[in-house]
Amino acid sequence: MLSPGAAAPDFELYATPDQKLCLHELKGKRVILAFYPADWSPVCGDQMSLYNEMLNYFRKHNAELVGISVDGKWCHNAFTADRKLHFPLLADFEPKGEVAKAYGVYNEEEGQTKRALFVLDEEGTIRWSYLSPDGINPGADGILDALEEMNAEKAVN
Amino acid sequence: MLKPEVSDKDHASGPSKAPVTLVEFGDYECPHCGRAYPIIKDIQQTMGKQLRFVFRNFPLNESHPHAFMAAVAAEAAAKQDKFWEMHDIIYEHQDSLEMDDLLDYAKQLGLDIRQFAKDIQDKSTSGKVEHDFDSGLRSGVNGTPTFFINGKRYDGDWENDLAQRLADSF
Repeated sequence: MLSPGAAAPDFELYATPDQKLCLHELKGKRVILAFYPADWSPVCGDQMSLYNEMLNYFRKHNAELVGISVDGKWCHNAFTADRKLHFPLLADFEPKGEVAKAYGVYNEEEGQTKRALFVLDEEGTIRWSYLSPDGINPGADGILDALEEMNAEKAVN
Repeated sequence: MLKPEVSDKDHASGPSKAPVTLVEFGDYECPHCGRAYPIIKDIQQTMGKQLRFVFRNFPLNESHPHAFMAAVAAEAAAKQDKFWEMHDIIYEHQDSLEMDDLLDYAKQLGLDIRQFAKDIQDKSTSGKVEHDFDSGLRSGVNGTPTFFINGKRYDGDWENDLAQRLADSF
């Protein structure tokens, strides 16, 4: 898994059935990459729904949230509508898991991305990363702590 | 770890010196929290004075459009010392959470309705809900319900294992 200090690999993935998102388009903003195994886990307050409630907190820190799984763009489309998500879900679909592999978070056995979080700074450098066990939703405290630390460092410099 | 720690600003049921404190972050419109409600009642009965149970708000507004107002209503009832009664009525009527319903429950509890209506609008009341939500974010809440036993997030199967885990924790 890529660690803090590494440059985040660029990528271009479908964010809607007809639009692609390139990571480098988000330069100038901080980025939270949330890799998660699959859409449609049968619980409310699943990880993506949870982050959906927190978007204001993330935006206050100038951070954009992006979810990534190997589900296809139409699956993401339906999931986004069902959960009323207000951030993009990217389809790491073809080649399967290529972006997850670049970040070192692909689960070869299951053919899914692992549950991993990366926080990137405005220049696209990884500043924090975290791998969660598949079965445990990591919540948002790690992300918020990382963003606040980045604020503190900025203040010092 | 739970942040901030339990204090007298929290709604607690049970002795403050109880050996075990269970904190639930809950959403009043969430079906899982609805299922947890009788389980917790059972646990409270079984453990008696050994348990202090604390409820903090974590409404998932996007998924559950009535959850925030229900939380505000319970906090407004708290200002008339009827938090737990309102909390209970709401969980017993999860599919009736329109404003009219919430006012009805307030009447049933014998609250001063004019005061209640004022408190519902008061920023300090919704502020408590938002403060709890913020606490949840900081503490690593990862869905509803999320439980903390003596300050530590519980990641087990609450439907089947929570009672045992609590018994084991002192």
